[in-house]
Amino acid sequence: MRRASKVFAFLLGLTPLFWLAWRAYKADLTANPIEYITHFTGDWTLRLIVITLAITPVRKLLNLPELIRYRRMAGLFAFFYGTLHFLTYIWLDKFFDIHEIAKDVVKRPFITAGFVAFVAMLPLAITSTAGWIRRLGGKRWQKLHRLVYLSAIAGVVHYYWLVKSDIRLPVLYGVLVALELAYRVGIKVSGQVAPRVLRQGHGAR
Amino acid sequence: MLIKKAADIRYSEITPKRLYLDRRRFLAGVPGAFLAAKAFAAGTKFQNLAKSPFSTTEKENSYNDITHYNNYYEFGTDKGQPAENAKNFKTSPWQVSVEGDVAKPGKYSIEDLMALAPMEERIYRHRCVEAWSIVVPWVGYSLSALLKKVEPTPKAKFVAFETFYKPSQMPLGRSAGIDLPYVDGLRLDEAMHPLTMLTFGLYGETLPPQNGAPVRLTVPWKYGFKSVKSIVKIKVVSSQPPCTWNITNPSEYGFYSNVNPKVDHPRWSQASERRLGEFFKRPTLMFNGYGDQVAGMYTGMDLKKYF
Repeated sequence: MRRASKVFAFLLGLTPLFWLAWRAYKADLTANPIEYITHFTGDWTLRLIVITLAITPVRKLLNLPELIRYRRMAGLFAFFYGTLHFLTYIWLDKFFDIHEIAKDVVKRPFITAGFVAFVAMLPLAITSTAGWIRRLGGKRWQKLHRLVYLSAIAGVVHYYWLVKSDIRLPVLYGVLVALELAYRVGIKVSGQVAPRVLRQGHGAR
Repeated sequence: MLIKKAADIRYSEITPKRLYLDRRRFLAGVPGAFLAAKAFAAGTKFQNLAKSPFSTTEKENSYNDITHYNNYYEFGTDKGQPAENAKNFKTSPWQVSVEGDVAKPGKYSIEDLMALAPMEERIYRHRCVEAWSIVVPWVGYSLSALLKKVEPTPKAKFVAFETFYKPSQMPLGRSAGIDLPYVDGLRLDEAMHPLTMLTFGLYGETLPPQNGAPVRLTVPWKYGFKSVKSIVKIKVVSSQPPCTWNITNPSEYGFYSNVNPKVDHPRWSQASERRLGEFFKRPTLMFNGYGDQVAGMYTGMDLKKYF
């Protein structure tokens, strides 16, 4: 049962890719297929980052602790679509022209932001295995994986800086990420405040 | 009196001679002729189009690509949305007001405008500021034909264009992120340049709504957003008119917006472009390849400053 639900989640994560492949097979990727593929994979990267970051708040707020079992997979799928997005850019858009790519990363803030978002995901994907958690130790591993916050913020900024005038979607992603981060800040602050209050209570005569 | 004055017969109501002479083709053409009689519905065929020496010999993009990859923010900011959302756009009746510093201002019905000068087919390159391009067989005539007719006064220096906007027909315009109605302008010499076209059709047919029906502008050496769609007002003025994209983001979109591979958009390079249908990018040409005809209008100007 557990296994079946994981297989189901895995297939669900591949659905966007199948959808893209199906549209490519039908030659239905609009008049500008490379742009379509770039936007499609970029959209799904951001969506999956938002989903990954939602797992902790949702499982605590709705009391669904078993959701933790899907967090790694969601994160890895975000990395997977992010990699496709990055590959589309360096291969289909820049044709591996390293000089052009380097110039873009330095000169174009929205590319810089996207690049940061992608590079920040790399160590997270590499250290996503049980072996790496053991090697790093839970605390250090957790610290490292806070990089996902940087990735999420840089990803939203990347999108926001890209659009010409219709900012609704990047703002929506921004609000979702902000809520997810605010939840964590809230937990941390209340976690620090509570013991202090307790201590003060003890000290009162 | 029994004899009434005959109503003015519009060109659109007269069966073209070719159809009249060829009975078999006439019968096949009945549905089209019926549409034409109901004003110029989108997709009505033009008769006797003249060829133009301005045409490029480059391969035209398909009708499907040209009509399903559009920036027409009033109908949605996604390129596929205008084809869908503009389907029921009402382009008839339609009137274009020509006014300002002219001796003979007037309101022109779309039928009058279409009969004003002989229609030509001109195959132009069209380069979007977003670094993609297409080749389109437009139908229309030089805007100068209309401007000469209204006789600009000595005060005239610029031409301002205003396009149609009605939120009830274009609900997505509210979330486009730009102020509407969409406005833009040209210097008078640019507007009078023979390449600048008042455009009524593409691929030998009247424009579909998503491409700017019933009448739009085509300025092939400037970025696509200068070629405004669905025009309702043309005003000849003495000072530089406001332009929507320039208002939205003045550091990114200038008044001139000539295609220029050496002046990058602040966020992306303009050195190359993706021609729709091609895998590799191609280098962008100065003035979109129309430099021989238009560069003279800008001699002595710093094009980095006047981008």
